[in-house]
Formats: sequence, structure tokens, C-alpha cells
Amino acid sequence: MDHTAIIGVGMTRIEANKQSDTFADMAWEAVNLALTDAGITIKEIDNVVTTSNDFWDGRTISCMAVSDASGARGKNASCVEGDGTFGAFYGLTRILSGAYGTTLITAHSKGSESVSSLITNAAFDPIYERALGLDMITACALQARAYMHRTGTTPEHLAGVSVKNHGNALKNPLAQIPLSLCVADVLQSEMIADPLHKLDCSPVSDACCAIIIASDERAGRYPGKPVWIKGVSFCADAYYLGDRDLSRAGSLTQAAQNAFKMAGVTNPAREMDVAEIYDAFTYQELMWLEAMGLCDDSRAGILLERGEFGLNGRLPVNPSGGLLSGHPVIAAGLIRMAEVVKQLRGEAGAYQIGGARRGVAHGVNGLCGQSHCVWVLDKEK
Amino acid sequence: MNTLFDGVEPMVYESGISVPYNWWAGDTASRFFAGLRDERKIWGTRCASCGTVRVPPRKACPICFHSHSDWVEVSGQGVVMTFTVARRQLAAMKQSVPVIFGLIRLDGADTSILHYIGDVFPEAVRIGMRVKAKFSETRKGEIRDIAYFMPCE
Amino acid sequence: MGKKRVAIVGTGQTHHKSHRPDVSGQELIREVVLLALTDADLTIRDIDAVVIGNMDHFEGINYVDCWSVDGSGAFMKPIIKLTTGGTTGSTLAIGGYHLAASGLFEKVLIIGWEKNSESDTTGAITTAFDAVWDRLVFAGAISGLAAEAQAYMAKFGATERDAARVSVRDRGHACNNPYAQLRKAVTLEDVLTSPMLADPIHLLDVCPRSDGACAVIMAGEDVAEKITANPDWIWATANRHKYTYLGDVNWGELDSMAEASKELFAKAGIREPRKEIDVIELYQPYSFAGIIWIEDMGLIERGKGAEYVWSGATDMGGELPINPSGGVIACNPIGATGLIRCAEAALQVMGKAEGRQVPDVNFAVSTGFGGCMWTDMLLHGRQKP
Repeated sequence: MDHTAIIGVGMTRIEANKQSDTFADMAWEAVNLALTDAGITIKEIDNVVTTSNDFWDGRTISCMAVSDASGARGKNASCVEGDGTFGAFYGLTRILSGAYGTTLITAHSKGSESVSSLITNAAFDPIYERALGLDMITACALQARAYMHRTGTTPEHLAGVSVKNHGNALKNPLAQIPLSLCVADVLQSEMIADPLHKLDCSPVSDACCAIIIASDERAGRYPGKPVWIKGVSFCADAYYLGDRDLSRAGSLTQAAQNAFKMAGVTNPAREMDVAEIYDAFTYQELMWLEAMGLCDDSRAGILLERGEFGLNGRLPVNPSGGLLSGHPVIAAGLIRMAEVVKQLRGEAGAYQIGGARRGVAHGVNGLCGQSHCVWVLDKEK
Repeated sequence: MNTLFDGVEPMVYESGISVPYNWWAGDTASRFFAGLRDERKIWGTRCASCGTVRVPPRKACPICFHSHSDWVEVSGQGVVMTFTVARRQLAAMKQSVPVIFGLIRLDGADTSILHYIGDVFPEAVRIGMRVKAKFSETRKGEIRDIAYFMPCE
Repeated sequence: MGKKRVAIVGTGQTHHKSHRPDVSGQELIREVVLLALTDADLTIRDIDAVVIGNMDHFEGINYVDCWSVDGSGAFMKPIIKLTTGGTTGSTLAIGGYHLAASGLFEKVLIIGWEKNSESDTTGAITTAFDAVWDRLVFAGAISGLAAEAQAYMAKFGATERDAARVSVRDRGHACNNPYAQLRKAVTLEDVLTSPMLADPIHLLDVCPRSDGACAVIMAGEDVAEKITANPDWIWATANRHKYTYLGDVNWGELDSMAEASKELFAKAGIREPRKEIDVIELYQPYSFAGIIWIEDMGLIERGKGAEYVWSGATDMGGELPINPSGGVIACNPIGATGLIRCAEAALQVMGKAEGRQVPDVNFAVSTGFGGCMWTDMLLHGRQKP
């Protein structure tokens, strides 16, 4: 794969309700931040890929809302419907194809404008399943229980993820919910769907993120500090929850193996300095770490308790506070990428992981982590 | 963002999307639902190539992509593979909490069916528990022709 | 353009109908995937990535890339969804091109599908427009098109009769296309006496809505010629998704088409499109577009579109046939429609268009239309670029 780099990132604050901002306002803010970060203007952007979801936006052709604000009017543009990591993937291929030298990728949603339960219920098959009334939370509760049953992971282990991530958010000015918690706080919070308590679940938030990817040649022309794309892959599991072994994430394992192989990483658990992964629920952080080979199977909860994934641990995971501290769907994975970029540049401020050189960012689409996209980024080319 | 709009009241416009849907179930699902409604039987399909028995049934095997599938009747009894007890009244839910959702692997099937577990105290539900289908009195040819799965020996 | 050249090596489409009660959406998708695989003599195992699209609110299914896995054959493969409204199909084709040209995937399966019969099409389309400024005064796709037609007629004096001639052409062409939904020719009088929907657009001036799917397989140059002896090479792509608000639109001229086609032809070194292009599959959702947009494409000067169409130049046998498939007026499963244009252009280049074949096709153009007067374009060629 040719050398390509992320040369600019920008994001809005993650908030419960951005009442004064439309989708376009958010995009305008994030895009301008990314352009400034890269030290370029919209003129240096060759093409634009926006990422959005028609259900979350309540709008068919949801990309239309942010088209002007993303500078797409006079350019070649397209739209991916899925998590921002997938949008970024498509934006990357448009450079690797040789067609464009720079791609601006945006991803947004405003969870405040909708009823998330109804929106995620719509992910269920209308013929066989939708009428049962499940949504993302109840579906993920099924997965959490299956994972805990197979691996012996405990509710206390899950709670530890919430404590860590909300605590990390105290150092991130853009996070929505910084909290000082202990395990008991999580276990005593309202039970939503067993085994998921309220503090095991991410909120549904408003935000937009923008990143700029450039070819090697173009990255060299602009002042923005490049972070190099070493490996990337995505993969989808079967659709029906009943067709899958919910206690495992086979499609993530495959995507991660491909991405690490592309990056020449043979021992991800040792070679990664930081990880920003998709913690829509506490159990997911543990499950995804194991599936990606960042720790041994069934061990994530125990290792977390030992502090391995904390800010001073062997492999800091979600130093930004992750999705548990603020979850704008669709933008979520792109924000994971932006956070790794900040870490590898040494620009993460109070939650900087010292000496971070290589990192992994991860995004998810679909129910119970059906489809995963993994990015391996490096400070060096 | 900038000071231009300071003091301007943010207005909120309320609306909703009202698009009615009528989904064609297709011949395969129709056969399944007719089986629930008319026969109180649960039909699955077996891929003639890899032998996987799927419930709900599929016209073709999603993995080997083979066209030919045979209809097989599967037992109305099976095992709970995983479950959750929903305690908060989430908007998509059709009944009042607590509601127990589960994935049930029926005897004879290689995949699990997503449904409710009922007639049981939530605290008593276990992975590995045996359950059987309880059919609704009134059946219309839909997934809730099975009312829920209940404990059995 | 591009470092790795890419060609279409196989296509498939369902026989499009007003409704398909015999299949669910996943089953419709599988049907068309099998057709494309058969056409290319490949199996699902040969596919390295899948690109899929439809317009969500027509079927009311969220995360369609994930939901479709049973039918799209994407189990344990990379699958990604693109959706841009009416342009979805052509956006998908462009997407598949970049995925293959990137060198990351050798064989890419592209799927566009729609089951329009499952919902209220106009109700769903109306939500495309801004909720605060445009939606309350917008009455579905047709109102924008009527505004364009009125503006053009006022500037250039075209008539409903001129537009009707386009309908007559396309409905006649569709009789040669076994996949088209509407396969009955119409006369000028039929069109002009059909019910008025939104002045000046009559019922027979516009597209139906359909249940149908289309699949296209693209492959990188290392394998394309091993898969088929006559691949359809993608020479260039260009698009403009210009305008977000209806009030911004330059009514009567399709700016997005004008800009995209300039870029497309420049990239490929085409200086006289009217002479150098052999056939066009134009995403033409209503008849007036067949007069207006060929001017925006640079085929004929502004104001002369009607005259060009009346001359028979765009009929089968003419100098530059447009829509040998019958186009969108004969068939419109919206998420697939733009991809069908691409597939039909590919069939022309590959010499597989049977009863609707234009002889000796060297270059073909396929386009997509949708959104707020947006345009996507692809240039197809028999020679390797």
C-alpha cells in the first residue's frame, strides 16, 4: 500500500444537545478546525467524503445537509453510510486509486434529535425480528451475557471500564461526561437490560469530526504534522444474531489481523502504544481487546483490574474517555482516529500517553459489533 | 461559535417521518409464517451443500451461497443460548418491563431464533435452560404467533 | 486516470417490476448477485469486497450493509454502504471503481437495489430536503423537476410536445429491453393526453417506481482480461453534488452536469463528445431532461436540444443513441437505477446488449441524477485507457 497520511483533524465538542447547531454548523466547525490543523484551505482539498446515517438524521440523502458546509459544492464528492472509520476508508481508496491527492472526510450525528431506541430497532429485520421490539441496548445485553458466560468476565470487570473511561474524560475538554466513579457506583446505577447498568452504556450524543488524508507527495507540501496510515481493513460477520456466536467477534479478529499484517505488526499487544476502540458499552472494550489480539482471550477484565489499560498502563485504552464519555454515532469511529492522531503527534494535552509512536483506532457498524474497521497508525512513515 | 448569534433564542422545530411500510416477506418467510399460523410448527431450511439448518429459514445459504435448500421441521423445544432481562421501558419495546429477550437454539437447528422468554421469574432464567414454544391463541402469520418460549424439562 | 486500471467484467439485473412479492429485500439482492457472478463466470468466493446501496427510507431498514449480508454474500468480507439519493447507483459504481483501483481489492461486487413498492416513495423523498427551510413547501421529486422544466421553457421556448418526443423515444427503446419494467411504446398523443402531474409534466413524462436490483463486478487490470475477453474499461469518473437548498439552484440549466461533464471529458482527452461518444445511458427521470441535459453535457448548444432530439439523432440508428435500454422512464428501482445505467453502458461496450445493441461502441457514458439537482458520470471504453 502506498504511503498516505492523516494531515489534519478537527472535531466539535461532544455534547448531549447542541441546540444552537444544525448538522451543517457542526460540519463547518469541524472542517475549519481540520483545515487549520493541516495548515491548508478548502482549495487544497481535492475531494470530499461525508459520512452520515439517514435514520439518525431523520433525513433521506442525509449527506445533503452537510454538503455545502464540507466544501463539497465544486468538487467530486460522495457519502458513506456507516461509522466514520468506513467513510475514512473510502476516502483513502480515492487517494490510493491515484484519482485525488487529498480527501476531506467528515462524520456527524445529532443523537439529541431522535429517539435512539426506535432508530436502532430499525436495524432489525422487518420480517422476522423487528416486531419483537429490541434495540441496540437489549441486543448488546444479549451479547454481554454471552461473553461473560464464556470468558468468566464479571460485572465488576465491566464496571472497571466505566470507571477508567469516565475518569480519563476528566482530562479531555471535548468529552461530554467526565466523572469520578468507583465500581460500586456503576453496579448501583439503574439496571437497563441485564447485565448492562446505566453506567455500562454510552450516551447518545451530538458531534462532528473531520479528518484530512493526503498522499505522500501532498503531505510533504503542507505544514500539518502527518500521521502515517500503515494498515487498515474491515470485515462483516453474519447478520442474524442467532447465526453468530455472540461471545466472539470473528469479523473483528479478521479485520485486525489484516490491518496488523499490512502494517508489519507481528505482536500487536506489545507493539501498540495506544488504542482508541469502540466502547459503546463497557463489555465491548474488553471483548474487542481480546478479539483484536491486544490481550489474551478471556483476560481483558483481569488485566484491566491490574491497571494494564489505564493511562499509565502497558497499553492505554481510550485515554480520551472513549464512547462511554460521549457517543455521537457515526462520528464515533472517526473521533477514535483523530484521538490516535493527537496521541502520536504529542498533542493530547492532559491525557497524552508519553512516547506514543504507534496506535490502533477502531470503529463499528451494525448490531452487536457485526462489522468492524481497524486502522493502524504510526508516527513514522 | 462566534458572537454574531449571542442573545438569539435557539428555536426548535418538531416533526417526524411518517412513511408507512409494507414489506414483502417473500415466499420463504411466508411458508415459515404459514407454518406458525396454521400448523403451529416451526420450519427451518437445510442447505443441500453444507447441511446447515437455519431457523428462521433462508431461501439460500448465506455462507456457501448455494441455492438449494430443503425444508425441515425443527422441534418447538430448545436451549437458551443467551438472554437479557430488560428493566427500563425503552421506546422500541412492545410490552411493559420486565421483558426477557433470548436467543433459543431449537433442537435440530444450527442457528438460534430471537424471541421472548416468558412464564418464568427473570431471576430463574439461565443459559443452557431448556424451553419450549408457546403459541399465541390468535395467530396472524407473523413472528409473534409464537407468544414466547417457556421453561420445560 | 488512476494507477491501476479497472474494468467491468460482469453485470446482472433482475427483471424489474412494479412489485416483487415473491422475495424479501435480502432475497432480491441475492438474486442479482448470482446473475452477475454467472455473467462473469465467478463464484462468491472470488469476490474481495462488496459495495452496496439503496435509499434507506424506501425500505425502512437501518445499517443495510450489515442487514444485507445474507443476500450480498458478504459473510466475513469487507462490505460498505454508499448512499446519495437518486445518484446512489452511479455513486456505487464510482465507489467500486476506487476500491478496485486502490489495489486493495482485486474483484469488487457492486450492488444497487430498491423495493419501492414497500413504502410511500414521495413521503420518503420529501425528507431529503431541509426540515426547516425546504421540506414544508416541497412536494417530492417532481416539484423540483417541474420548476426546472418551467424555467427552461421560459428561457428557450421549448414545449411539452418537445418533451413528449423524448418519452416516445425512450418508451420505444424499452421494447428492446427484456429487463425494463414498462415495455409498451407510447405516441406523442398518449403522452400529451396523460394526466398532468405538475405543470408541465404529464404522467407519461416521468419514471415509474420499481422493485429491482442491479449488480456490477469490477476487477483490476491484473485479472480483468482473464475473467472476460471483452472487459468494459472505466476511463474516468466525475461528479458534482452541487446545491443543498432548492433556492440556490440555477433553474433551467443543470450546473452539476455541465461541470461534471467538462471534467470527465477533459480527464479522458475527449474534445468533441458528440462525435467521440457512441452511446449514452442518461439518468433521465423525466422527459424534459432529455432536452435540457444534453445541452449541459456539451453535446449541443444551449437552446438546440429539442431540435437535436427531433432530428432522430438520439434514436437507435441515429448519430448518438441515448437510452437504448429505455432509461429511467421505463424502469426505476431508485437505488439501482444509476447502477443500471452503468451496467447498460457496460453491455454496450462489451457487445452484450442483444436486441438493444448499438453497433461498434468505443466510448459510452453513463450518468446518475438525484439529490438537489446532482450529477454523477462515468466514461466507459472498449480499449484499455
